Amino acid sequence: MRLTGGEILLKCLQEEGVEVVFGYPGGAVLPIYDALYEGEIRHILTRHEQAAAHAADGYARATGRPGVCLATSGPGATNLVTGIATAYMDSSPVVAFTGQVPTSLIGRDAFQEADITGITMPITKHNFLVKDVKDLARVVKAAFHIATTGRPGPVLVDIPRDVSGAETEYEPVTEVRLPGYRPVYDPDPEQIKKAAKLIATSERPVIIAGGGVIQSGATEELVRLAELIMAPVATTLMGIGGFPGNHPLSLGMLGMHGTRYANYAVSESDLLIAVGTRLDDRITGKIESFAPEAKVIHIDIDPAELGKNVRVDVPIVGDLKRALKALIEFLEKTPHPAWLEKIETWKREYPLTFEENGRLKPQFIVRQIWEVTKGEARIATEVGQNQMWAAQFYTFTRPRSFITSGGLGTMGFGFPAAIGVQVACPEEVVFDIAGDGSIQMNIQELATAVSYDLPVNVAILNNGFLGMVRQWQELFYRRRYSYTELYNPDFVKVAEAYGAEGIRVTKPEEVRPALEQAIASPKPVFLDFIIEREENVMPMVPPGESIGKMLG
Amino acid sequence: MRHTLSVLVENHPGVLARVANLFRRRGYNIESLAVGSTEDPAFSRMTIVVEGDDRVIEQVTRQLDKLIEVIKVEDITKEEHVNRELALIKVQADPPRRGEVIQIVDIFRAHIVDVSPETLIVEVTGDEGKVAAMIEALRPFGIKEMVRTGKLALLRGPRALTAE
Repeated sequence: MRLTGGEILLKCLQEEGVEVVFGYPGGAVLPIYDALYEGEIRHILTRHEQAAAHAADGYARATGRPGVCLATSGPGATNLVTGIATAYMDSSPVVAFTGQVPTSLIGRDAFQEADITGITMPITKHNFLVKDVKDLARVVKAAFHIATTGRPGPVLVDIPRDVSGAETEYEPVTEVRLPGYRPVYDPDPEQIKKAAKLIATSERPVIIAGGGVIQSGATEELVRLAELIMAPVATTLMGIGGFPGNHPLSLGMLGMHGTRYANYAVSESDLLIAVGTRLDDRITGKIESFAPEAKVIHIDIDPAELGKNVRVDVPIVGDLKRALKALIEFLEKTPHPAWLEKIETWKREYPLTFEENGRLKPQFIVRQIWEVTKGEARIATEVGQNQMWAAQFYTFTRPRSFITSGGLGTMGFGFPAAIGVQVACPEEVVFDIAGDGSIQMNIQELATAVSYDLPVNVAILNNGFLGMVRQWQELFYRRRYSYTELYNPDFVKVAEAYGAEGIRVTKPEEVRPALEQAIASPKPVFLDFIIEREENVMPMVPPGESIGKMLG
Repeated sequence: MRHTLSVLVENHPGVLARVANLFRRRGYNIESLAVGSTEDPAFSRMTIVVEGDDRVIEQVTRQLDKLIEVIKVEDITKEEHVNRELALIKVQADPPRRGEVIQIVDIFRAHIVDVSPETLIVEVTGDEGKVAAMIEALRPFGIKEMVRTGKLALLRGPRALTAE
């Protein structure tokens, strides 16, 4: 069967089980868009390529399946960059396709030419430039294989216009040959035994669970491990949902805006079992005083993470689900009543809380969203205070329900990601918890949400500030609010102008009815919550300080 | 400490950029990097000399290994290996001092590969110490221009770092 490159690409996508592509057309991808015109793959037209990348990422995070985005050459491709970098930092399996100028023009600074494989080299797991249509099917197969196996991550495939326009005989590719790519899934039994020995002699163990738990689908094993050795579990921001937040052994989030009890527990532990986390600086605080008495067992599928940030006593390379299963085999029930009692005391003494003074508080709003949705919504967030309040005050009980930009901290991520989540989960309630700053970084996607009937609810925690930056200025720069106060549009009118619904809320008692109205609405809704202007996210570990030393 | 890494990679355009970019981005210090094809045209071998303590080298090795086109990475510093560098040195050699230069070249078992009325180009092959000694010996005559390959290294004996 002779097909064009564009048609071959779509065939390959179908073989990979891709149902939807988020994209934006342009000159260099016209052969692909021409193929899409009659194809069976759904295409969501975003209003900016960055949003296409975030939407594909949101889709991937909600489903565990690869998210696909498509953009033209040059500016289309460079607009994907923030989205690709976001996916890279959070190990999300996104496959990005970009158009490229015809092969004869590559390197001549042609119109809308950008060296996107060069640009994305440090922010993709791998990338390809396809120079011959005969290679296309093989490359697409390899791209999906790389994106979804081992430690997942974004892969970019750059396709020149003459390649997508050229015809060739199409044969499906079934085998991937990548001699340098052999992810290790099965943990070394000797290391597992060593870990089990350490666990058996530990008196104050703490498990730190990262995003890898979700990626590897290891929640069940993690719960079994925790219950078996009676160890409390702190999650990283990316690990939220990987361990049920309502489980008695849950410590909530740790790190810079973690709970006091999580940070105390980690600081006083004699054994850390770090699973699927890279233990970044938001978790460890000052590295020299991070868990000073603890031995460390670190399990990750990426060998480069072991020992990168924190010294490790027992490194274990492998898939988390398999590693935890193997570990459980060697363990016996070990209660730690004194340790758990101490943690219970911390939990009682230092609960996550906020001052209720009759004014509209963001924490209260998040709590209300949790109550109204019975904890069952998919929650995307933007970045900043809104994100931290969402992480702290919404209790997540299942994986893939909290969709947030952890590693890169991308403002503007939440709304398009929520659109991707809603596309993936049309029957579910989807919220984007946003700030007034972040929402304006991709506010144009309201048009996308409206045109595809995606009833995403956007809770704008509107304090008229770039809230988290203002918080840092308040705490560390003597309240010199340098360029963090925002002049905002009327978000209700903005919503209405796009054909969505807008609701403004100024009082605590209006929160619940507004949320109920938003959820019931078949349209996307902007909820403009006018919150207390100078509310802070607490507790907080000041930058560079030990995590045991918190403000607030 | 200096480490010598032997890295087998796929022979594709862009692989060198990926490897070099990794070093740049993560702030590792490359002392030298030499690349060429292997007995199998599908692969190239890089010899990379990098400065760092054991922890840094472990990270470098693992990060390199993560690259899809990198087949194998091994730190061969502590293993028996042969290492060589080639340098071409254009040295000032006016007629009165030419004899002296030629003598030095002979002592080092180097070769003269180009002659002009004022200069000679000397080709020297050897380990780092020998190349350095040759350069120092020629320096007083006036080195006009010089080029070096960087280190090449291969394990001694039958063991080989191949794709299998």
